[in-house]
Amino acid sequence: MSDVMRLERVSDVEWRLPPSGAMRGAARVYCDEAMAEELCREAESGGWSALVQLRNVASLPGVVGDALALPDVHPGYGFPIGGVGAFDLRDGVVVVGGVGFDINCGVRMLATPLGVAALGSREALADLLFERVPAGLGSEGAVRFSVREIDDLLRGGARYAVARGYGLAEDLAYIEDGGCLDGADPSAVSERAKQRQFRQVGTLGSGNHYLEVQVVEEVFDAQAARIYGLERGSVVVSIHSGSRALGHQIGQDYLKVMESAGRRYGMSPEEKELACAPVDSDEGRRYLEAVACGGNCAFANRQVLAHLVREALAGRFGFPRSAVRTVYDIGHNNAKREWHEVDGKRRELLVHRKGATRAFGPGRDEVPEPYRAVGHPILVGGTMGTASYVLRGTPLGMAKAFASGVHGAGRSLSRKKAAKRFWGEDVASSMEAQGIELRAHSLRGIAEEAPGAYKDVEQVVSVAERAGINRRVARLRPAIVIKG
Amino acid sequence: MPYEYLEHTADVAIGVRAASLEEMLCDAARGLFSIMVPAEQLSPLRSVEIVLNAGSVEMLLVDWLAELLAQKDLRRLLFCRFAVTLECRGTAGLSLRGTAWGEPLDRLRHAVGAEAKGISHAGLLAQHERGGWVARFVVDV
Repeated sequence: MSDVMRLERVSDVEWRLPPSGAMRGAARVYCDEAMAEELCREAESGGWSALVQLRNVASLPGVVGDALALPDVHPGYGFPIGGVGAFDLRDGVVVVGGVGFDINCGVRMLATPLGVAALGSREALADLLFERVPAGLGSEGAVRFSVREIDDLLRGGARYAVARGYGLAEDLAYIEDGGCLDGADPSAVSERAKQRQFRQVGTLGSGNHYLEVQVVEEVFDAQAARIYGLERGSVVVSIHSGSRALGHQIGQDYLKVMESAGRRYGMSPEEKELACAPVDSDEGRRYLEAVACGGNCAFANRQVLAHLVREALAGRFGFPRSAVRTVYDIGHNNAKREWHEVDGKRRELLVHRKGATRAFGPGRDEVPEPYRAVGHPILVGGTMGTASYVLRGTPLGMAKAFASGVHGAGRSLSRKKAAKRFWGEDVASSMEAQGIELRAHSLRGIAEEAPGAYKDVEQVVSVAERAGINRRVARLRPAIVIKG
Repeated sequence: MPYEYLEHTADVAIGVRAASLEEMLCDAARGLFSIMVPAEQLSPLRSVEIVLNAGSVEMLLVDWLAELLAQKDLRRLLFCRFAVTLECRGTAGLSLRGTAWGEPLDRLRHAVGAEAKGISHAGLLAQHERGGWVARFVVDV
């Protein structure tokens, strides 16, 4: 039996992998017993294993505290999805797999003045949004930036998009980091990445990306919901998208750079799949400058998408554009410098969250002032046929989980298995029977993204809440789903 | 089938077995682009030339596939046919000259799937084995 099988039970929703072998620290998994058994089975199978990947993260130089797996964890490449790793700025590393190819992929939520009864014909609204929001393989942005303007966009993120007329100035206060990451240096990004991107600003993408019109079905935390402006029966729009081709090219370019750097800096064999370099190295710094550019590209992309949605809704329902308010915009593929308390000391760390969000609770300066009493919203995408959630961070999560939140349901079936098990037409019919209007460019994509291909989002959210690291605010039910 | 889709929970893993390294590279590319549109639905109407060098067979595979993904966006083409010639440059590694043929996306004719974002290095394998060449790689989608 391998080391990874010795998961120690801390509570019914928290498990610990004690340090062994090359591990420099422990790993901690937030999951219930069934999930823990499944993770161990996966590790024993010898195939892709989130637990083995977590152990490898805990083996990296300069890791601080425990490497964490959140309840939606599943295998990624090198670094597990639903994984969190914090590293010392002097002795630690920055890991390409801890950010991924879709840098700062995340969710923007817009509140509308509509109640569910005012939605009117869901079919007509679905058609309108499907027409207005470019989505799917090969789609191009309705707005076009030149290659030269891309540099400004990489420096300015959502701020630049707003300055160009895409959205409202008040949006910016409700975007993580104000919609603009510090340290973005476009010269760290290849010309090829910029050339690939300039037609793709304001496009949704494909795969698990989506635009959903959702209805607030249940409120669990009345105070936080009131502060976020969410009430039962109100209509919101959620946009899940990322940094598109630019992020993909940055990921590809720097995998190579960092793998070679890792060898030069003497990374050990356990880290072979974890292309990384010291944070305090030329390669590490350059990569983080590029990541900030990718992050800003994602913020700008979601800003333009939000603008398209706002225009469509204002045109259809006759209310002013300002009536569509940004609730929050949060990424879930990032490496960020943040201050955390570790063993009683405040330390600045590089926190990787791959398929995990930031979850700053009450009192943190980074939280928009109107939300500071409760912490910022964590936007959790469920599946297109079930539910999504708004959560918030907690003091315990800040103390124990580097202020991290779950990001989604997490896949349970491979795309191959899902495509064999489900038919796109059947999935669409089943959603229609539930009153959900689906518009998609890819039937195959619908089958691959079938709700049955994912873990139960209720279970994921329940574990996060029972562990005390995130708290439920509201559950959202999809009314309209737009897929690439 | 010269390539197969393997189990991978989050993304798409592809396995390839071919008689030669050149064939392996072409089959890997077919597997990659078939994630997006089945190759049989595409016509080889336009082409792009690709030249690259790599220090190892594994990196040659990744660079070749990554270059094709970049060309997909730059030329707005989806590829279905590939040809590769290789030259060994001793310690300098391998030099590849390739051609990819394809056509622009037509949503009326093409059954589109998910867009491939990048080629991971995790679990990457490309080696000579039992008189042929095998490869395994993960595509982020």
